[in-house]
Amino acid sequence: MSTTPAARPSATPGNTLPREHYLNATYGIRSWLLTTDHKRIALLYLVSVTFFFFIGGAFATMIRIHLLTPNGYLVTAETYNKLFTMHGVAMIFFFLIPSIPAVLGNFLIPLMIGAKDLAFPKINLLSWYIYLVGGSFVLYSFSTGGLDTGWTFYTPLSSVYSNSAVTPAVIGVFINGFSSILTGLNFIVTIHTMRAPGMTWFRLPLFVWAHYATSIIFILGTPVIAITLLLAGLERMLHLGFFNPALGGDPILFQHLFWFYSHPAVYIMILPAMGVISEIIPTFARKPIFGYTFIAGSSIAIAVIGFFVWAHHMFLTGESAYAALTFSLLSYLVAIPSAVKVFNWTSTLYKGSISWDTPMLYALGFIGLFLVGGLTGLFLACLGLDIHIHDTYFVVAHFHYIMVGGAVMGYVGGLHFWWPKITGRLYPEFLARIAAVTLFIGFNLTFFPQFILGYLGMPRRYHSYPPEFQVFNVMSTAGASILALGYLLPMVYLIWSMRYGTVAGRNPWPATGLEWQTDSPPLTENFDVTPEVTWEAYDFVNRPDLGLDVKGAPSLAPAHGDD
Amino acid sequence: MSEHHIVSPKIYIAIFVALMVCTILTVYAATVDLNQYFSGLNIIVALVIATLKASLVVLFFMHGKYSPKRTQLVIVCSVFWLAIMLFMTMSDYVTRLWS
Amino acid sequence: MHRTGELFGQFETMEQQRESASLGMWVFLSTEVLFFGGMFMTYTLNRSTYPDVFGEASRSINLTLGAVNTIVLIASSLTMAMSVWASQVGKKQLLTIFLILTLILGSVFLGIKGIEYHEKFVEHHVPGLNFSFEPGASVATNAHAQLFFSLYFAMTGLHALHMIIGAGLLIWLIGQSLKGRFTPEYSTPVDLIGLYWHFVDIVWIFLFPLLYLIDRH
Repeated sequence: MSTTPAARPSATPGNTLPREHYLNATYGIRSWLLTTDHKRIALLYLVSVTFFFFIGGAFATMIRIHLLTPNGYLVTAETYNKLFTMHGVAMIFFFLIPSIPAVLGNFLIPLMIGAKDLAFPKINLLSWYIYLVGGSFVLYSFSTGGLDTGWTFYTPLSSVYSNSAVTPAVIGVFINGFSSILTGLNFIVTIHTMRAPGMTWFRLPLFVWAHYATSIIFILGTPVIAITLLLAGLERMLHLGFFNPALGGDPILFQHLFWFYSHPAVYIMILPAMGVISEIIPTFARKPIFGYTFIAGSSIAIAVIGFFVWAHHMFLTGESAYAALTFSLLSYLVAIPSAVKVFNWTSTLYKGSISWDTPMLYALGFIGLFLVGGLTGLFLACLGLDIHIHDTYFVVAHFHYIMVGGAVMGYVGGLHFWWPKITGRLYPEFLARIAAVTLFIGFNLTFFPQFILGYLGMPRRYHSYPPEFQVFNVMSTAGASILALGYLLPMVYLIWSMRYGTVAGRNPWPATGLEWQTDSPPLTENFDVTPEVTWEAYDFVNRPDLGLDVKGAPSLAPAHGDD
Repeated sequence: MSEHHIVSPKIYIAIFVALMVCTILTVYAATVDLNQYFSGLNIIVALVIATLKASLVVLFFMHGKYSPKRTQLVIVCSVFWLAIMLFMTMSDYVTRLWS
Repeated sequence: MHRTGELFGQFETMEQQRESASLGMWVFLSTEVLFFGGMFMTYTLNRSTYPDVFGEASRSINLTLGAVNTIVLIASSLTMAMSVWASQVGKKQLLTIFLILTLILGSVFLGIKGIEYHEKFVEHHVPGLNFSFEPGASVATNAHAQLFFSLYFAMTGLHALHMIIGAGLLIWLIGQSLKGRFTPEYSTPVDLIGLYWHFVDIVWIFLFPLLYLIDRH
């Protein structure tokens, strides 16, 4: 009897969790708050980013309810400005940027490369604490007057005229930047120096390549927003004039410096998700990924070229026409490596043996939604078209397609895919599929109408709108309620599964990475013996240990000898 | 350092002397009006000398010359990225009046 | 913190540990390049927009003190490099001496900086405090001069903060060196703090001509 490729995850009743693993190795709150185990730190981050997701989500809820009617009666115009600002700051800096790297990256990178931990475990813990300190400053800002400058902190509104709690917010984001920087530093050093014997660069899982590329951006981009916010904060506190035209300063300089980081930041948010997809697709198509080298190279290309396009956010703010032309052309170029990935994922699916497990649903959803988001990015990069759609809901829809339809689906899909490794248990598959479909439907209903709204001319960051736009706004809010359900369901059943889920075993899918060779959940030190890698990445064919009946590979005969 | 290459004190002292000479040179050059020969020559000279000094510190004091390739890549990338920020931002300002 | 150069649990060999530490410090320094870089960008734009006022403001800061500080800091880089050498050849006493010399020179730098800042305070050149560059000149000139001084204090201030942190690290290093902790096999903290110190020197190597030597002719 052979296991068919489309079989359900191979957990059999009677499996038990390993006796000792990282979750029960030590007990007590100190063992968690002072841990240096990358896996525990990943879970600490999981809790914190989820908390900020709720905060950002609460603001989103208020925005969507307010926008149900054209002359929104829920909040005043000033409060509305605070709502979208705080939604953006919480979601971008405290949820999206850390999510996959700090949760999945931290958990998986040492496992995937065969190491016992990251290169600097104490710095890893420090990163989490720095994140909390930054988050506290921002929460303080939110609760003592809020923030109304937009997450972009444009000057001189933020540095001179705003009456909201800008200074603590800017301090919080500044401090949080160091959390990112240290995480990126840890990843780069770890990937360079701590790979197990035989784990060459081109045998690395693409998830690791994605995080390496992301870490380049962490390292080279984040310091720039740090110094920019520091200067803006000093300007506000001491009435200096760097970015204040009344004092000879230049607000466009602020924008250049701000976007020099914040554009690459969007690649920080999407590259890890692409890494997740590159792991899920081969697993559930039972095929090696198509074009490994191109996907690895395109990750680096996106990270590098992504630093050359920032002023496409400034086409309408007064930059020179020649600069605009250059940045527009470069923005078209940066789409190419992303497209390469989409082609490669699709080619991997071709003639694969597809199974529709939940992570695969998220991955397929990602490909479709990222495609829409990415293509609409090209619309925005087109100078003539941008004049019409800049600062409208078209932009809002574009980036939500990438950030939510792309990054968040990658994150949730990745959580599901590696949940058995993290907790030792399987989530309930049927309920999970329903949640994935709910999320997909809710998402499209929320954000597709926004493309139409933007095209028709509804500006973003406005608390009221002409009555003819109401029908699309109502659709969007309705969609948002379904989307919220799509987020809440996994939170419920994932927590449920930690106690009641079926025990997963080492490799339930099965998948080919080194992380699937360890116990679920793994030991604190990950591997009993340092592994030695002799196979290529995603090699489903030459891996009899996976028990797959794949293209001529021998199937595992059961113990009672049935050939 | 991982490369275990021991740079002799003689080299350090030679580099120090070079750095001192460059410092004196840069102060002297600032007192001469070089802009009359070529617009912006003063700042160019100042930056060339500073870059030379920095390079000596990186190569010899920081053992850059004896470091593994990946360290050298890190050094080159930092400078390159700073250059991206400086050049591409200034390209906006410099071309504003072209049209 | 390691005491006698023991191997940390996540590493397989001392070589791996050493390589990781070194790469880690270099990657950190690259973040510092971009961190200071943002201010160099602000400086570049403002100087190219207001060349005359920047020249005038630059002339009002003390060139002699700046030049002396440059020499002091480069000398401290020499003594720091010498301390790395001393640790590599196992000359523990010389190591301590060179580290102490580095600390002394760094402190001299900070002392001179303090004198400079005091001078600026007395002349009402501190933005946000009591700024008044040229009472008779136009509002614009004063505003643009304030831009120069804002950059002067922000850039040299951030640099001085890095020096203070460096001095703290040196004090710790001297303590460890006095306990004989560093040998030719293990001198990683000396190497890493040395790299940091040289980087701070390099920042000054650029700050000096850009702030003090704009227009001295």
